Amino acid sequence: MLSADARIEIRRVIREHARLPVDVDTLDDGADLFAAGMTSHASVNLMLALEDAFDLEFPDRMLTRGVFESVGAIGDAIAELTPSADGNLPLNGGGA
Amino acid sequence: MGLRVGIDLVSIDAVEQSIRIHSARYLRRVYTSREVRDCRAPDGAPDPRRLAGCFAAKEAALKVLGVDDEAVPWQSIEVHNDRLGSPSIELTGAAERLARRRGVTDLDLSITHEGPLAAAIVVARVRDEC
Repeated sequence: MLSADARIEIRRVIREHARLPVDVDTLDDGADLFAAGMTSHASVNLMLALEDAFDLEFPDRMLTRGVFESVGAIGDAIAELTPSADGNLPLNGGGA
Repeated sequence: MGLRVGIDLVSIDAVEQSIRIHSARYLRRVYTSREVRDCRAPDGAPDPRRLAGCFAAKEAALKVLGVDDEAVPWQSIEVHNDRLGSPSIELTGAAERLARRRGVTDLDLSITHEGPLAAAIVVARVRDEC
């Protein structure tokens, strides 16, 4: 289960890097980001920015559309990759 | 044997921004070392215009492959240019395995640039039962 801070951070990264034509805060956790206007190239930026923010690297097996298609899916992936399994932010705060 | 077509459009500005923000990591995660070498401007810097065409080609190829939620790293789709500048596609690793499973062969590619955009079309043969 991701912490509330981690979920807020995911939304910040989406807002700054996914180039959505809508405010991410108008979307619920399950909303499809691609359907909301995120391009495939923007999803690359989102992936790299999430890696910076959470101090992790998405392995090749996770480079699928499904992993980046919603706030909830991203949160699940980060929880899986974060050793403590709660998506705690790194000590540097993970700012872009 | 049928035909399948994939198309993609990429903003050159978006690629330029990715290079600026994520620099070498963006290049390393998306493009092969050969593509990075082939997509350099005369001054040796990465050329966002050519990289945008390359990225569009990769995404067009993914559409031809009929990727659903399989993991297909971008580097497993490599764009080549011959001596005359004509582009072609080589599939390796996960992309090659998926093409074999889906009966996709004989991929051909065209890339174009106009103003702030790069576009690519990939055409391929597909086995009828796929």
